[in-house]
Amino acid sequence: MTEQPEAIASSSRGQPGAFVRSWRDIRRNPLPLFGWLLFILLLFAALRNLLPLGQQTAEYSPEQFLRQIIFGLAQGSIYAMLALGYTMVYSVLSILHFAHGEVFMTGAYAGYFVLNAAARMGALATNPLLSVLFTLAAGMVASVIAALLLERFVYRPVRDTPPVVSLIVAVGASLVLQQGFIRLFGEAARRYPTVNLYAFPYLFPSFGCDASGTVCRGIDLLDGRYDVSFLGFNLRLLPIHAVVFAAALAFMLALWFYVSRTSAGRAMRAVAEDRSVAILMGVDANRVIVRVFALGGLLAGAAGVLYAFYNHQVSPLIGFSPGIKGLTAAALGGLGNVPGAMLGGLLLGIVESVAPSLLGLSAQLKDVIIFGILVLVLLFRPGGVLGESVAEKRG
Amino acid sequence: MIGRLPRIAVLLLLATLVSCAPDAFDGGGRMLTANEVVIGLSAALTGSGIGPLGVDILRGAELAVAERPMLDVAGYSFPVRLETQDDLCSPEGGQAAANRFVADPQVAAVVGPMCSSGCRAAAPIFDAAGFTTISPSCTNSDLTSGAFESFNRMVVSDGVQGVVAADYIYETLGVTRIATLHDGSPYGEDLVRKVAARFTELGGFVVAQDAINVGDDDFRALLEDIGRESPELIYFAGFALEGARLSEQRFDARLERVIFMGADGIDTQDFIYFAGEAADGVYASTSIPVLDEAFDNFLARYVEVYGEAPPGPYHANAYDATELLLDGIASVATVTPDGLLQVDRAALASYVRTVRDRQGLTGTINALGNGEMLATADIAIVRVEDDRFRQVAIGRVRENNVMITQVDAP
Repeated sequence: MTEQPEAIASSSRGQPGAFVRSWRDIRRNPLPLFGWLLFILLLFAALRNLLPLGQQTAEYSPEQFLRQIIFGLAQGSIYAMLALGYTMVYSVLSILHFAHGEVFMTGAYAGYFVLNAAARMGALATNPLLSVLFTLAAGMVASVIAALLLERFVYRPVRDTPPVVSLIVAVGASLVLQQGFIRLFGEAARRYPTVNLYAFPYLFPSFGCDASGTVCRGIDLLDGRYDVSFLGFNLRLLPIHAVVFAAALAFMLALWFYVSRTSAGRAMRAVAEDRSVAILMGVDANRVIVRVFALGGLLAGAAGVLYAFYNHQVSPLIGFSPGIKGLTAAALGGLGNVPGAMLGGLLLGIVESVAPSLLGLSAQLKDVIIFGILVLVLLFRPGGVLGESVAEKRG
Repeated sequence: MIGRLPRIAVLLLLATLVSCAPDAFDGGGRMLTANEVVIGLSAALTGSGIGPLGVDILRGAELAVAERPMLDVAGYSFPVRLETQDDLCSPEGGQAAANRFVADPQVAAVVGPMCSSGCRAAAPIFDAAGFTTISPSCTNSDLTSGAFESFNRMVVSDGVQGVVAADYIYETLGVTRIATLHDGSPYGEDLVRKVAARFTELGGFVVAQDAINVGDDDFRALLEDIGRESPELIYFAGFALEGARLSEQRFDARLERVIFMGADGIDTQDFIYFAGEAADGVYASTSIPVLDEAFDNFLARYVEVYGEAPPGPYHANAYDATELLLDGIASVATVTPDGLLQVDRAALASYVRTVRDRQGLTGTINALGNGEMLATADIAIVRVEDDRFRQVAIGRVRENNVMITQVDAP
């Protein structure tokens, strides 16, 4: 009992972010040492699989690495789009928007209803581009509505209470949304109809040809798979992966531009810096916060629909895992940092995809590895990879 | 603040003591007294991919009860009723359902739980209360190793299912390199172990073994990893949602020529819906009823009542389990002087564990005394063709010899 306060005090005095300097430092705060040991252990495990020790070939080849990175980038883009939402809400309100995963799920669900209706009416076959755009729009609108409702009825009433209150309320809201969807639409998962959306016939003249070979419609953006040989690597590329990645990148750039170059963005940064001073300066903080939630919802909705386009199954419970990974990505990149969220998301996706085979571990341990790496990163950089002043500012 | 602490500590201590105290009301519980015959049914009735399996079980039991709405005991007639609990196909769900049944003074015996994880978690609770349960679907082979008195199953153990599957893969499909995956459940883990052991014994190679998490969505990286060992077949022991994802995503990982095979966990229409075009040609092993007139009549009645073909494989197993329990109650029950039904739980348990040569829809029911009731029944290998699982072969195990007969396409 007597040691505890001292331990806490010393860990806050010693700087966990700095390199270990002396034995006294280690005695005071052994965490960085453990971090380094774990890091060396991971490195050793990875090297053992990468090098052909006593065997003809290595356990793990560069080709496989590349293939898994591509899968990881796609999944990571989804995490990145969610992380952007977490990061924005955190920077203006300093709360964890825990129900963001359910906002994502709402978008995927709304998209399902539109796409399924289009498939039933036959519009999907005759006009796939329009159907897909409507699906995307429906998902984004539904997610924005969900995010705004959450802001108005869940977060606003507890805005000026201690952070733990808003966290608990957010977890509650997340459960309410999940259970609400189960009651409304049933717990059973649904499958997104398969969409063949052909595009760019001029760029890819020999793709998507019909049986006679006279009409070529280009590559199938949503359901195609193409074997490509690239620098001697045999890859199977899915255009949907590129679509998801490009969408995430575009959203991130747009958001960055919005935050750093527009007056609305300046207001947002002002509220993030100090809400009460911003209000004194004539910034309508409420409006800024509503905008932040709407933007986060927009991104989550788009992510939800894109996710469902390539993973196909949607159920009221799909929000949880991407939601928590998005939050992890935001923390990894530095909460409150827009490019950091993007980077964190992609990094997380790649680690998730590559790490189990690189370290020679079971795929079941995927999440253990991810959260282990999160701990490791936060040990050395408590503010996240790109985290700048957040930790100091809030501290 | 400090003054309040000891009081809270004392309260906590008291609460702990009370919760640790042995059940004071045991003894009377071994004898059931009720004014109706209540059969508990524990199965997962909700949940994607697993709900249809449970609904199928519920319907099988309902049909058995519908046939015998009244049970005659010593000249008295008692109404028969099903009491249903959703066990979620999980250890916690199985436990919760078991606790509710055990606490209910009316429940005579239980059909279920549905999944091996639930069966394993629920069995100690049923044991303590002296209940008799018959699961229509818990196939984990350890369940009948003698640890549980209350557990019986009206389904073939994974020991048999896995052996037939391995033989079919090696002998009939001519595959020598397989990769195995399971979903971390006792069912999946055990089944994979059985398949791998038999496959190696036959001379095949298990080139990769891994496990997945239920609810994960992207298995492409894992499949890519497995693909490096160039297996000819991926054997997956788990349920429909993950099975569908794996079977679909193997196309993204350049494994479209690799055969995908599952077990009874994916033998549902749900699997075919979720896997879409990737379901084509997927194999599964499943326990099957005896194809005779009685079963045809049962199936016709099923379709007539519920308006669709069975969504899962266990309807006949649940029907047989319910029938057997009702027969058992009819034979061991007595009537009290004031006209109430009285069932000696121990007598019911021994009735179920000693039943011999009884004809059921699922085959000849022969209790081995350890909970196994259908040790000699057949296993079918089914394959998806035109959006339905169709039988392609039937396997039979007799003293470590496996016979596989091809079924001609209808």
